[in-house]
Amino acid sequence: MTAAPGTMTESHTTVVDALRRAVPKAVIEVGAAVDMPTLYVDRENLVAVCRTLRDAPSLQFALLVEVTSVDFLPAEPRYEVVYHLACLGEAYGHAPARRLRLKVRVPGGDPHVPTVTSIYPGAGWPEREVYDLMGIVFEGHPDLRRILTPDDWQGHPLRKDYPVQVRKDAVSWSPLQLTPEEFAANVRSAQAQADKTARRK
Amino acid sequence: MPELRSETMTVNMGPQHPSTHGVLNIVLELDGETIVAADPTVGFLHTGIEKTAEQKKWQQVIPLVERMDYLGPQSNSLAFCLSVERLMGLEASMPERVTWIRVLIAELQRLSSHLVWLGTHGMEIGAISVMMYCFREREQLLNLNEMLAGFRMFPSYIRIGGLREDLPRGFHEAVTEFLDKFPGKLDEYEKLLTKNQVWTKRTVGVGYLSKEDTIAMGLAGPIARAVGIPYDVRRTFPYLKYETFDFNVPTATDGDVFARYTVRMEEMRQSVKICRQALSRISKTGVYDCGDYRYVPPPKDRVYTEMEALIQHFLLYSQGFNVPKGECYVPVEGPRGEHGFYIVSDGGNRPVRVKSRAPSFFAVQGLSKLIVGGLIADVIAVIGSTDVVMGDVDR
Repeated sequence: MTAAPGTMTESHTTVVDALRRAVPKAVIEVGAAVDMPTLYVDRENLVAVCRTLRDAPSLQFALLVEVTSVDFLPAEPRYEVVYHLACLGEAYGHAPARRLRLKVRVPGGDPHVPTVTSIYPGAGWPEREVYDLMGIVFEGHPDLRRILTPDDWQGHPLRKDYPVQVRKDAVSWSPLQLTPEEFAANVRSAQAQADKTARRK
Repeated sequence: MPELRSETMTVNMGPQHPSTHGVLNIVLELDGETIVAADPTVGFLHTGIEKTAEQKKWQQVIPLVERMDYLGPQSNSLAFCLSVERLMGLEASMPERVTWIRVLIAELQRLSSHLVWLGTHGMEIGAISVMMYCFREREQLLNLNEMLAGFRMFPSYIRIGGLREDLPRGFHEAVTEFLDKFPGKLDEYEKLLTKNQVWTKRTVGVGYLSKEDTIAMGLAGPIARAVGIPYDVRRTFPYLKYETFDFNVPTATDGDVFARYTVRMEEMRQSVKICRQALSRISKTGVYDCGDYRYVPPPKDRVYTEMEALIQHFLLYSQGFNVPKGECYVPVEGPRGEHGFYIVSDGGNRPVRVKSRAPSFFAVQGLSKLIVGGLIADVIAVIGSTDVVMGDVDR
C-alpha cells in the first residue's frame, strides 16, 4: 500500500525529477495542495509533459481522470486549466499507484491551451466541456464543438462575469413538420401522380 | 431495371427513445444494420448545477449534487463532503462511527443503483420480469432511506462534518432483515438471466472494448473491471477506511456486455458483505458528527436551552462556515466508477468552483467506440451495460 494520496512524499519529487530530465525546456513549478501533488506547467510544453507522464516506465499515469478549469476573475492570469491524472498501480502497469494534478495558467486575453487528446483520447469531451462552459480554446482539438449548451448559445456560462439568472430561448430549433400549405400541396401532387398511373393502366 | 443504390443511412436514436436512459441522442450512420459511425449528443438535461453551486453556501450544495447522478445520490454527497472535509482538515476528528455509517450508506446506495441498472438493462433486452423483481428490492432500500431521513430519493443525510442526525430506532433490524433476504434474491435474478439463452445471445461478445481503449477513454469503474483492469478506488486509493474491510474486487476478462453484467452482479454480493461488516461496527446510538459546532449544528435540545448553542445554530444557517483557501479532489468508487468533486475555495463561505468528475460522461464518450461495427439492435444492450445516467452526464 502506498502512502495516502496527497502527502508530499518522495514519490512526488521522483515525478518532478523525471519530468525535468525528460522535458528540460518545461517550466515546472510545484504547487501546494492538501490532497495530491500539484504541478504548474507552462502551456507550450504541456503535451510533452503529458507524454512523459503517460509513457515513462517509472510514472505510468495512464488514466486521465478529469480536465476542468477555474476562473479567477479579476486575478491575472485569469484561468487555470486543471488536469487530474492517476497511475493505477498494479491494476494497470507497474509503477506505484498515485495521483497527480497538473495545472496550466491561462491569461484572460488569450485563452488558448494545446489539446492533450493526442496523448489521452478521453480528453476529447472534457475539453469540449471546458470550451463550452469556460470559453478556453484547445488548439488542435479534433472536434471542438459546444457540448452541453445548444450550438448557437452565446457566451460561456461558467465564467465569473456571466450572469447567473438568464433566460434564453434556443433558436436552433425548427419544426420538423411541414407547413399546412406544403402538406396540402404534397397530398395534391401524390393524388395527381396516382391518377396519372391509374389512367395509364 | 433501376440501378441498385448503396449509401449509408443516418438515423437519430433518441432523445425520446425509451431505452436510451433519459435524454440521450445518438446520431447513427448505418450501412444496412451495421453501424458505421455514431455521434452521441448530450446536453438535453443540462441544468447548470455547477454554476448554481457557486452561488450557494457550502452546506447548501449537498442537495444540488445529490440530484446530479440521481440513481446514486448519496454517493455524490459523500464524494462532495469528503472533498470539503479534506480541505477543512476535519478528517482526523471524524469519529469512527460516522465513517462506518457512511460506508454502510454508500454500499446500500450501490445496491440500489445496481438494482435499477439490472432492472432496466434486463427490460431493454426483453427480460421484463427482472425489472419487477429488482424494483421490489429497491423499494425496500428506498424505505430504508425514508427511515433514515424522511426522503426516499435524495436524503441529504451525509453532511459536511458528519451526518444529519443519529440512526433512527429499528434501523439495525431493518438493514439486517434486508441483508438476510437479499443474497437469495440475487440468486433468483441470476437464475433468470445468467444461463438464459436469450440473455446470453444478446450479451455475449457484444460491445467489446479493449483494455487499452478503456483506459485511454477514461473509463474507470465496472466497465474497466469487466475487461480485466482491477481498478477500484476503494482498493487502490482507500477512503473511509475501506482498507479495514474484507471484500474482493470482482473482475472479468471478456470486456463485453455479459462481462459487465457478471462484474456488477458480483459487486452486489461484495457490497452485501461490506454492509454486514459495517453494520456490526455501528453501535445503535452514539456520535453522528465531528462535534465541532462551527461546522455542524448543535443538538436541538441544546439549541432550545443554551444561548451559545442557539447563536451557533443561527450563525451556521445564516452565514454558513468558511472553508480554507485551496483546492481538493477526493474520489470515491461510485456505482458507475470513479466519482469525485474537484472543489476550489477562496477562503469564503461559498465555493469558487465545484466540478463533478462524472463517470457517465466518460461512458457516453466511449459509447461510440463500443457500438461502431456492431448491429443496431445491440446498441440498446450496450447502452444498458454502460449504466449511464443522463443527470450525471449533463449536470
